[in-house]
Amino acid sequence: MLEIEIDGKPVQAPDGSTVMDAATLAGVYIPHFCYHKKLSIAASCRMCLVQVEKAPKPLPACATPVTNGMKVWTHSEAAVKAQKGVMEFLLINHPLDCPVCDQGGECQLQDLAVGYGGIHSRYQEEKRVWVNKNYGPLISSDASRCINCTRCARFTAEIGGMMELGQAFRGDHAEIMSFAGRAIDSELSGNIIDLCPVGALTSKPFRFSARSWELSRRRSVSPHDSLGANLIVQTKHDVVKRVLPFNNDRLNECWLTDKDRFSYEALTSEQRLTQPMAREEGEWRPVSWQIALDFITCALGAAARDRGGETIGALASPHATVEELHLLQKLMRGLGSENVDFRLRQHDFRGDAVRAGAPWLGMNVVDIHDLDGLLVIGSFLRKDAPLLAQKVRHSALRHGLQVCAVGPNGEDWLMPIAARALVAPADMVATLAAVAVALAEETGKPVTSALAERLPAVISAEARAIALSLTGEKTAVWLGNLAVQHPRAAELHLWAQEIARLAGAALGFVGEAANSTGGYLASATPGANGLDARAMIESPRRVYLLWGAEPDLDFADGAAAMAAFGGAQLVVAASAFDSPALREVADVLLPIAPFTETSGTFVNCIGDAQSFSAVTPPLGETRPGWKVLRVLGNLLDLTGFNQNDSEAVRNEALSGDFRTRLDNAIGDVPAAQIPETLAQPQAGRLQRVADVPIHFADPLVRRAPSLQKTADAALPTARMAAATLAALGVKAGDTVRVTGSGAVELPVVADEGVAPGCVRIAAAHASTVALGPMHGELSVERI
Amino acid sequence: MLSQESLQQIDREIAKYPPGRKQSAIMSALRIAQVEKGWLPKEVIEFVAAYLGMPPMAAYEVASFYNMYDLEPVGRHKITVCTNLPCALSGGVYVADYLKQKLGIGFNETTPDGKFTLKEGECMGACGDAPVLLHNNHRMCSFMTTERIDQLLAELEKQ
Amino acid sequence: MSAHALILAGLDGDRTWRLQDYVARGGYEALRRVIAEKTPPEAVIAELKNSGLRGRGGAGFPTGLKWSFMPRAFPGDKYLVCNSDEGEPGTFKDRDILRYNPHAVIEGMILGAWAMGCTRGYNYIHGEIFEVYQRFEEALAEARAAGLLGQNILGSDFSFELFAHHGYGAYVCGEETALLESLEGKKGQPRFKPPFPAAYGLYGKPTTINNTETFASAPFILRLGGQAFLELGKPNNGGSKIFSVSGHVSRPGNYELRLGTPFAELLEMAGGVRAGRKLKAVIPGGSSSPVLPADLIMDCTLDFDAISKAGSMLGSGAVIVMDETTCMVNALERLSYFYHEESCGQCTPCREGTGWLYRVVHRIEHGLGQPGDLDLLRSVAGNISGRTVCALGDAAAGPVQSFIKHFGDEFAYHIEHKKCLVSPMVQEAGRQIHVSRPC
Repeated sequence: MLEIEIDGKPVQAPDGSTVMDAATLAGVYIPHFCYHKKLSIAASCRMCLVQVEKAPKPLPACATPVTNGMKVWTHSEAAVKAQKGVMEFLLINHPLDCPVCDQGGECQLQDLAVGYGGIHSRYQEEKRVWVNKNYGPLISSDASRCINCTRCARFTAEIGGMMELGQAFRGDHAEIMSFAGRAIDSELSGNIIDLCPVGALTSKPFRFSARSWELSRRRSVSPHDSLGANLIVQTKHDVVKRVLPFNNDRLNECWLTDKDRFSYEALTSEQRLTQPMAREEGEWRPVSWQIALDFITCALGAAARDRGGETIGALASPHATVEELHLLQKLMRGLGSENVDFRLRQHDFRGDAVRAGAPWLGMNVVDIHDLDGLLVIGSFLRKDAPLLAQKVRHSALRHGLQVCAVGPNGEDWLMPIAARALVAPADMVATLAAVAVALAEETGKPVTSALAERLPAVISAEARAIALSLTGEKTAVWLGNLAVQHPRAAELHLWAQEIARLAGAALGFVGEAANSTGGYLASATPGANGLDARAMIESPRRVYLLWGAEPDLDFADGAAAMAAFGGAQLVVAASAFDSPALREVADVLLPIAPFTETSGTFVNCIGDAQSFSAVTPPLGETRPGWKVLRVLGNLLDLTGFNQNDSEAVRNEALSGDFRTRLDNAIGDVPAAQIPETLAQPQAGRLQRVADVPIHFADPLVRRAPSLQKTADAALPTARMAAATLAALGVKAGDTVRVTGSGAVELPVVADEGVAPGCVRIAAAHASTVALGPMHGELSVERI
Repeated sequence: MLSQESLQQIDREIAKYPPGRKQSAIMSALRIAQVEKGWLPKEVIEFVAAYLGMPPMAAYEVASFYNMYDLEPVGRHKITVCTNLPCALSGGVYVADYLKQKLGIGFNETTPDGKFTLKEGECMGACGDAPVLLHNNHRMCSFMTTERIDQLLAELEKQ
Repeated sequence: MSAHALILAGLDGDRTWRLQDYVARGGYEALRRVIAEKTPPEAVIAELKNSGLRGRGGAGFPTGLKWSFMPRAFPGDKYLVCNSDEGEPGTFKDRDILRYNPHAVIEGMILGAWAMGCTRGYNYIHGEIFEVYQRFEEALAEARAAGLLGQNILGSDFSFELFAHHGYGAYVCGEETALLESLEGKKGQPRFKPPFPAAYGLYGKPTTINNTETFASAPFILRLGGQAFLELGKPNNGGSKIFSVSGHVSRPGNYELRLGTPFAELLEMAGGVRAGRKLKAVIPGGSSSPVLPADLIMDCTLDFDAISKAGSMLGSGAVIVMDETTCMVNALERLSYFYHEESCGQCTPCREGTGWLYRVVHRIEHGLGQPGDLDLLRSVAGNISGRTVCALGDAAAGPVQSFIKHFGDEFAYHIEHKKCLVSPMVQEAGRQIHVSRPC
């Protein structure tokens, strides 16, 4: 610790601190623009100049290291003179357009100008004008307001991982821009809006819709990916106008993904379901809640009574709250059915019989910082969990974390990859086994005897490189969404566990959705004799309860799901949104609240149960889902549905020390008969690799118009490596007919990030539903 | 995008720097590309950036920061006149005026036949030879009196 | 070329720059001896310290001391960089050194590498003197072919690789940390110091950067001995120094003199003020150094201390001479334009302030000055000075402050009368001399 004095106050600061750090510790505010705690130090705006004893010139607090006995004055005459001088320079070319600037009221320049600016300008020359840029559908540019703090440019390079913005030219011609006027495509792009201390970068969707002081602010939790980023949701007249990050150093820090930030636009979508609907003689009609619930009560009661509870199946979205999932499974069990599941895109459920607890990341997000090695198995990490990926990127770039990957996809994660085994889905189990063998050789520990018979004969160079990367002190092995959705997911899990054991690594799951861990804790999984999500589709039920899921887009095989629901006697769908697919298969539609209109809880990938309250009243006749289920329970005369509030539901669901139920251990899973779908394909047949693109992943984001205009929401294509293309005799730009359980036509894109013999085609999009399962063989032919 | 010869030259430049430091060759690589193409269209900058494994924006920052790179097309002969103080004291501004009059163009303009572009330059580090000008970035012309300007233009006209 | 010349001695224009010529002048003797005798690095540095050599790039920092800052025990690469990015108006000595005596720089760098344990070096050469860059590449090839550079120099176990790197039009790269950024393939925006290059330099490794003339002096110091070099100049100002004389003199050019030589002698060597006109002002150390009126400079000797005492800086030794036909407002406008154009744009006071200074000076020069403009200029210059990342801010403010200080009456006249105090006829007479001057 260093002892220093700031404005006469003694302050203790850790070694390596800057004056700015020490001042923050002491609660002393030093004005600044370019400095940001999460970005590299530029020391260029010069607003934080302070007076330091014995220094002949004022020094920038952000970049000046603290030395023992240093005396600093942040508001002395000399310091303030320097700060005022800088403020004047910043203002000479800044437009005086605060009344029409979206940043007004939350502008650091405006705020500081009150304290440090002059009353009138001494600058009589013409002000500089820059042409506004088009950065795409999310970020609005008012270039002339830019003060060249370069926070945005540093963000894109250091946090986003790709230098999409830079400061071109020099002197007072220096100007922030993208290369060749391109849009900013990063999935983290919206953060530069928060970083911009002035109104040069503002939110395009939010633009001109409210003043910051008109907005009410409420905390919430992102309903999208498994991280559960903390949000500030801002409303005006009970309408969500904007979503900003709430700083949480355990999770998202001060960042948000664009999905977290801009999906709120869907809350006012025309596709919102705002009234219960029922199909009568083929016609959809609005009905009252009472009628709808009475009808459902009768139908469910009758089905359970007459045909047995096992004829009913409940399928819920992993984006549903703990409260909803808990009451849903309770309802089903009350009706005598064990058929309940939320793992809608999963295929292999063999692990259910042998898993020790609820899957989770197996470590804290903050501990990624200290990792030496990380193996990511079957993951589209950058788009599936952008802020986890960002942590990994940061650690890889700054602390030498060795990142390795096994899977059929090799898209750019914007970080150094120490080793990658780009292998077809069918080869993933063998690849992991090879890594385990190489690791056993490396560490001198034997492979577990139960697995000893399944060891591969050949160990690839990639497997050895991966094993080597895992010999560091702190390591982790993560299973991504593709691994969980894989037809041999249980075996991948088993081998990952073996690799983790040999490496002394933490074993974890990235998690697909906001409640991928919470769903397990809420017991929204089938009990003994119950059917899992796949079985409920493959052995169709008479009655389905669909909870927050879209039948065509949220299932491992949307075509099969549509067929199963279409053949059912009764489908009750609770959803925040209407959709043609729902109308096609459902009989009753119940409008349930999206996350902003209900209280609820998500348990994220690190096992944090994060509860939130409604930030606006429900739209129209919409009702919070947990209330609907509670009423249904009462109407069905089931016991245990008397909770007064969502907290009571939550306490019931997550009773005791629920964290002890987080456990990634898995018992032995016999080697599968290689499923037919994963046999080495014949000529002209390729293995499907299906990603769930970030902006197709859930019902909310699918309806967020601005996000749907981004590059991440581009229409699905058939992506193949050059060698695969050559073997097929097709080339990039061709259109191909791809046939699975049905056929679709797609444009071809050449992509060396796809394993040979595979074709990558996005799931969760209407244009590819007909293909059927997310894995397995497809035929591809030129048309 | 670039000729084999240019790529070989760039490779020679890359070899000057330690492994993993290819980006250091960006200044030479852009210079080599500019010599081949006459100026630096964005596609060329992007190609060079990819060749050196750096983001295109980082290459563009470099191309726009150093003022001998031309981000717009220039004439076959780019004449950059120093008008800084030591040259100005020795007639640099007159050299510029004389050239403007002879070529019928101002600074940052190109003659209609595409032969000449006139630029105002900054100190070229040859003040003892003032007034000086640069022809196509790489040839220093010293002691530019009106006669010598006439000679130079006559010579360039023929090329 | 000059009295007491070392670096520029024995040269004959473009004809004597090759290795054989340099060897004939005693070149590489110092290197051969150091390698043959395995002179300890400490001894080389001690000799540099004894010589009183101060950096020739402008700051005048003692070279031996700088060399001693390099962490001796650092494992891995250490770099040596020569700053030949000479673009300070008035300065053109490095161009002549590289043109006529490139091997002196190469030998100096090899000696530096020996003394500091550097494995690799770069000479960063101003882009505008591209022909000189090409010649330096040729000289490097000669040295490599002769076993003077590269692996196992002169058969010893000492290795040093040296390469040429060129700028492409950015004055600010003459600032050492901007130069390092540029060498790394980035914009030349200076780094905040500390850390200094000796701790965190090129690619984050310990690095020493010296000016061309500094390196070129090293072989002579080791050949003659530090004491002899010191005695060429005066205490604390060792050796000879090249002065670049430009502007209104009859024979502009480089003159290598003992430090401490009276200014009047230099002026005489340069042929005196052209056409017998009266001396008005001199910028003694490159455009960033404060201007001195004739009476002040004529009393000065040319060394770091004397010029500093007179209120300016010896800087790079670039002497810009202005005679009575010069309008000082016009002269300042040229300089202010330069700093405005050359600001890197990184830090606020310089980015915004240099443009402001230029626009106001330009306004005054063009008859649009207003009462209060001089106070405004002084105030703006004061707000830039000492508040920027690098010295370019000070360099831009300095001329404004010193021109107004010494020639305030001309500025005031301009503002009040919307025209020059120096009559148009006199200025025109001044111009005629140069346009028709034979070369």
